[in-house]
Amino acid sequence: MLRNTIPWLIAACAGSVIIAAYFVPSAQGWQDTIGQWFEVLASFAFVLGGVNLAMQNLQKISAREPGWGYAAVTLMSFLVTLGVGLFKVGVPADSSGSRWGGSYQAEGSAFWWLYEYAYNPTISTIFALLAFYVASAAFRAFRWKNTEATLLLATAFIVLLGRTYAGAVLTSAIPEEYSAFTFPGLTTLIMGVVNTAGQRAIMIGIALGVAATSLKVLLGINRSYLGSGDG
Amino acid sequence: MAWLQTLDRRWIFLAMLLAVALPQLLQVRVPEKPTPLVLNVFRKIEELPEGSRVLISFDYSPSSEGELAPMAAALVRHCCEKRHRMVLMTLWPDGKPLVERAISRIIEGEYAALGLQAGRDYVNLGYRPGKEVVIKTIATSLRAEFPTDDAGTPLDDLPLTAEVTNLQDLDLLISISAGFPGLKEWVQYASSPLKLPLAVGATAVQAPQAYPYIPRQLLGILAAVKGAAEYEVALGERYPNLAIPERQDAVRRMAPQLWAHLLIIALIVLGNVAALVSRPRGGVR
Amino acid sequence: MNLLCRIPPRRYWFAVCLGWVLCCCGWGAAGAQPGEPVPGESLPGPPGGLEGVDHPGDNGTAIDLRWSLSIDDRAEFKPRRVKGYRLERRALPSVAGGSEADSSTDETQVFELPYGVGQFVDRQCVPGRSYQYRLWAVGPGGESAVVETAGPVTPRRQWFDGTRTGFALLLLAICGAVIWFTERAKRGKSLHVREIAALRAMREAVGRATEMGRPCLFIPGIEDMNEIATVAGVAILSHVAETAADYQAEIVVPTTRSLVMTAAQEAVWGAYLKADRADDYRPDRIYYVSDEQFAYVAHVTGYMVREKPAACFYTGVFYAESLIFAETGNSVGAIQIAGTSEATQLPFFVAGCDYTLMGEELFAASAYLTREPQQLGSLKGQDAGKVLAVVLLLAGCLLATAVEVWPGWDPPVNALRWLTGRLLGGG
Repeated sequence: MLRNTIPWLIAACAGSVIIAAYFVPSAQGWQDTIGQWFEVLASFAFVLGGVNLAMQNLQKISAREPGWGYAAVTLMSFLVTLGVGLFKVGVPADSSGSRWGGSYQAEGSAFWWLYEYAYNPTISTIFALLAFYVASAAFRAFRWKNTEATLLLATAFIVLLGRTYAGAVLTSAIPEEYSAFTFPGLTTLIMGVVNTAGQRAIMIGIALGVAATSLKVLLGINRSYLGSGDG
Repeated sequence: MAWLQTLDRRWIFLAMLLAVALPQLLQVRVPEKPTPLVLNVFRKIEELPEGSRVLISFDYSPSSEGELAPMAAALVRHCCEKRHRMVLMTLWPDGKPLVERAISRIIEGEYAALGLQAGRDYVNLGYRPGKEVVIKTIATSLRAEFPTDDAGTPLDDLPLTAEVTNLQDLDLLISISAGFPGLKEWVQYASSPLKLPLAVGATAVQAPQAYPYIPRQLLGILAAVKGAAEYEVALGERYPNLAIPERQDAVRRMAPQLWAHLLIIALIVLGNVAALVSRPRGGVR
Repeated sequence: MNLLCRIPPRRYWFAVCLGWVLCCCGWGAAGAQPGEPVPGESLPGPPGGLEGVDHPGDNGTAIDLRWSLSIDDRAEFKPRRVKGYRLERRALPSVAGGSEADSSTDETQVFELPYGVGQFVDRQCVPGRSYQYRLWAVGPGGESAVVETAGPVTPRRQWFDGTRTGFALLLLAICGAVIWFTERAKRGKSLHVREIAALRAMREAVGRATEMGRPCLFIPGIEDMNEIATVAGVAILSHVAETAADYQAEIVVPTTRSLVMTAAQEAVWGAYLKADRADDYRPDRIYYVSDEQFAYVAHVTGYMVREKPAACFYTGVFYAESLIFAETGNSVGAIQIAGTSEATQLPFFVAGCDYTLMGEELFAASAYLTREPQQLGSLKGQDAGKVLAVVLLLAGCLLATAVEVWPGWDPPVNALRWLTGRLLGGG
């Protein structure tokens, strides 16, 4: 009952109110309230996550598991970032002369420094890895093996060229009135017509899937996320 | 051709590094021409009366800054040129410093001569947690999510937001988006139900997702660096003071993109040649 | 609105003269309200026909206002003769009884509006209270003559947003179909589901990991539990975990949200109980990493390279990390099965993984794997929704074509307007 039925009832009530609020103007305030409750609960989840992260890594360090040094670095980074943010290390004083009045993210603060010179370049680097993975995937996965793959390959060529200056140069001999047959023109056609048609079909399917799954959650047919073991 | 079949992928990585780095270091520039979807956004901002209220949501993190920051800068510059009043916000926690950077570098830096004032000409609402719930809430009540601006001043005390009850009191919404929450959520919870004009800037991967919403739910789209480069060119043609390399970051990034695309085409061809050579006799299955 | 093009030249001069007369009269009549005129600058012509009506389908807090622009409000006049409009709202005293009005509301409120704008929605009204509006065009020389609404306007609270009736009907039809087919399936009606290769391969993948003595890695996306795709991903996790418990294979679930971690722990615990292997359950294998996308990516790819999982499952919401996961998984020789509702990431999973659940297949997975009648019934309901979508698409295409082919014929125009404006417009 406590593990299963009450959480389901909360989910069902909150979902029903949000649906009703879409059609009943006077219920819109309830929707806002539920949204604010979600934010409050999601904030508590940060604490849950922090505790789990600390426990996992402390366990690794104390058991001297392989790679425990990385766990130590993770834990240290976590604590340092948390500390400089909470204690407003290096935050410039505000107009009243108080350091506590300034924002923890203020320019020049330790937190700002970590954001600018540690966090920002690190995550930009990992995102940039995509360029390398795209290249290796192109080499490995794009194969001319059947009709569908050939169509995919041809489309990739046109769009890759059409999205750069090379496409315009290669088809620059085509007169202006036939610009739809240049690489940029064909790219616009592919993106605007073929891609849009495909995207719409997938989106309609996904929207119906979301509606049906939401309904299953509201009706309690799908409770696997509560650990019921069924569906 | 055996070497192709067993090619170490680190050679591919090296080739990609060179394809991107060399044009960047040599400062190669390629010309760009604005396409209709970019021009739709440009014309909308251009045609809005001076002093219109434009909301710009920086829905991205530093990881996609390389792809989206040039278009964010171009859009803010355009609003400054047109003296539109800007309401700036972000749905991403690490997007807050990006908003602050846009304000300090562009509004208070490049356009310092205009004397644009916080609260009157622009408002930084900052970040609120809640993702798409924030959009849903500000669609009906801006103050329910943002009772104050980022500096803690009540919205009623700021001339720009004193008359803004919710999103419907704004003349244009712009989301510069790298994922969730982003363009799809702005369409679903703002432009579509409230019939508000929405323009978006998106990463290359996310852009195809935006096309089905054009033209009813989205008036235009700036797709990745190319979209930003086209916007910068359109901006430079209208405002010659912006047609300088320092204000055309995205145009500068198009040459590395050209060479990276050409390399990928070459790799696809090489991959197929390798597969063809290694295919057993008897034809294609 | 291009008024100048519509008015013949002689009438135009008449309108200008009339505007001048009205300006002068209005200036006098408006008393102390308008701004002081600037010597040497002419006053702009007044706006026309200010109308106010209750905003439809709302909570009684808004009034729609409309007017025609001042004849001087034109882009070609440079410098502009109209700089904007000044709208004043005056709250009338409440009528005793039967009104929800709050008499403590400010008596008057002023809105400054930009030029070129002929409508405004006042959203700061009190339900049931009456308001009178006055409007001026503001130019460099001062304000025009005033125009007023014909009478007081009262916003009313509606219990149902009528503009969304069509959407409500569609929602009822789709949800009704899902419930009806679910009930039919519960009563024993057998339902056929087509083969989905990716789901069939899940058991094989876990089996392969068991044979190789390597772990199975399950990534339930990078979004929170409020995303339905994450809920669908966790449902798949419970089945994969049940198979893993059966085969005594190790399953590792790093998560990017702590709420997902809790739900995943519950799902895996439920699966181990169901497989009667409660003793093998290790909660420390389902752990939180970081809310930050690329910190999570760094951890997961690092784990892949170090531990070399034999089977990788990616189900839920994915963004830029999809290709990084798929390529790293490929480089360690794992069998990879992916499913996402993010259409933009499907090409990367298709290119990088062995099997991919495309969009709606992700939501069908739970029904396919459990074969429970009520879950299968919901799939049938989804199909009914698809039939409805196809019918609407075809009707829309035919009507739009008819409008183009027979431009003067009203029935297709009206039908298309009803379809796009009334039935689909509210959503």
